[in-house]
Amino acid sequence: MNGLWRLTWLEIKIFIREPLGLFGTVGVPVLVFLGLGRVMRGAATPASPEEAFLRAGLPVFAALLMAISAVVSLVTVIAIYREGGILKRLRATPLRPATILVAHVLVKLLFTALTLALLIAAGRRVYAPDSPAQVIRFAAALLFTTCSLLSVGFLIASLVPTARFAQPLAGVIFYPMIALSGLFFPLALLPPWLEAVARILPLTHAVSLMQGMWRGDPLSSHLWDAGVIALVFAACTALSARVFRWE
Amino acid sequence: MNCGVSPAVSLIVSVPSPVVRVSSIRKAYGRVVAVDDVSFDVQPGEIFGLVGPNGAGKTTTMECLEGLRAPDAGRISVLGLDPFRDASALKVRIGVQLQEAQLQKRITVREAVYFWASLYPSPVDPGQLLDQLGLRDKRNAWFMTLSGGQKQRLFIALALINDPEVVFLDELTTGLDPQARRAIWELVRGIRARGKTVVLTTHLMEEAERLCDRVAIIEHGRVIDVDTPAGLVARHCPDRAVILATADLTAPDRFRALAGVDAVDAANGSITIRGRTTGLVADVIQCVSAHQIAVTDFRTVMPTLEDVFLRLTGHSIRD
Repeated sequence: MNGLWRLTWLEIKIFIREPLGLFGTVGVPVLVFLGLGRVMRGAATPASPEEAFLRAGLPVFAALLMAISAVVSLVTVIAIYREGGILKRLRATPLRPATILVAHVLVKLLFTALTLALLIAAGRRVYAPDSPAQVIRFAAALLFTTCSLLSVGFLIASLVPTARFAQPLAGVIFYPMIALSGLFFPLALLPPWLEAVARILPLTHAVSLMQGMWRGDPLSSHLWDAGVIALVFAACTALSARVFRWE
Repeated sequence: MNCGVSPAVSLIVSVPSPVVRVSSIRKAYGRVVAVDDVSFDVQPGEIFGLVGPNGAGKTTTMECLEGLRAPDAGRISVLGLDPFRDASALKVRIGVQLQEAQLQKRITVREAVYFWASLYPSPVDPGQLLDQLGLRDKRNAWFMTLSGGQKQRLFIALALINDPEVVFLDELTTGLDPQARRAIWELVRGIRARGKTVVLTTHLMEEAERLCDRVAIIEHGRVIDVDTPAGLVARHCPDRAVILATADLTAPDRFRALAGVDAVDAANGSITIRGRTTGLVADVIQCVSAHQIAVTDFRTVMPTLEDVFLRLTGHSIRD
């Protein structure tokens, strides 16, 4: 356990030292959130679609960006560490193999939580949440989703041949999922076969869960979403444990 | 440095049982056989070298010894443990430097050694280790800013941080300039001087000859021969030669009369005297002196491990 905290702390320090990575993780979601919010507020009138998106869509969109940027960054880091033999060198120490990987999950979760805190502070005037409980439930939904997507990330990291492919491949997998997540248009508008595809994608359930938590729905009405996300997490973790490549 | 060896431990060490024992291991990646049949023992306190060209199976063998890979067949014992099965027990007692390994680009030297130290039950003092390896001035530098030699010294530091009983060094000096290479050799001799056993791989024959107490020559995943460098040379390439220049026309016949001389070739005032005895050079000098032969140039051609490799494999190690 000691090794896990020490490695996590070390990786946090190392992550902060790369300004571009830090900006991509923390800065981009906050800027997208503030920028889009400003543009749409100009167009929004009460009960317009813009207003509805501002209320429940934009915070979830920003949260989704955070989760996905965490995954893309994880896939990239793992690919670079594998290519450079860093994973192998760490595996030659008494650290348990799982510890080496879990440390990166903790770093990503920490920065996701930090970005969310910044987001909430920055948007407080416009998106005043009804209660602290709502914020906590939303944060929990986001971290739960991020955890699940990170497990998908480990699977992708096992597939990418070199670090150069990490970012594009993660993008190709996740960006279509955002489009089909039901965040921008109702899934009922899709052709039936595509709607069926959209309904099994984890991001669709992540969006539904986070939107529900943001609106203040009871958790009981989103158990199915939470279940699917948990299933994805369990399946991807079990699968990556078998196929993960250390070198 | 923690040099406290308990009397009980030194008693065990004084009975010379091999630190590493490898028996007929084999390892294939798919259809590519990396290690076909490798066996050797490493004695306590020696520097043992696995020598061969790139792709001979040296690194795979090392990684089996370090517990990073399991051989498909054969047995390995390191400090009496099975490296793969008893990996966690073994890892705290061995030091490892991997071929072409990197660290995080932006980790500092200091962070690396202190983190590594925190992973082991009884580490040496990281600050002192940095002093010994000449890295004190670089302790706040990021890994990515270090030179090749500094990186390798850092990896040696990480390999020594737990005061290991055996140290595995894989292609330690590859890519270093001759000066940095010599500095690293001194460090490795220092490790032996502290009573530790060193197992290293190299494709540099000069390195093997100057650094190793014993070497195993490996090619195509097989051990061809194991001995001291001098022993290998004496067994496989005993031929040596003295080449000297003189205008004295009686000289060739005088050399031919010497006991250990096999052949004498004279051409254009240059005489090549060949033989297989270790006393050849001394005999020639004696003869030159006794007959007052006016020698204007004198050099010896001694066989090296490079020649042994050529003789055993039929090609140069660089081919």
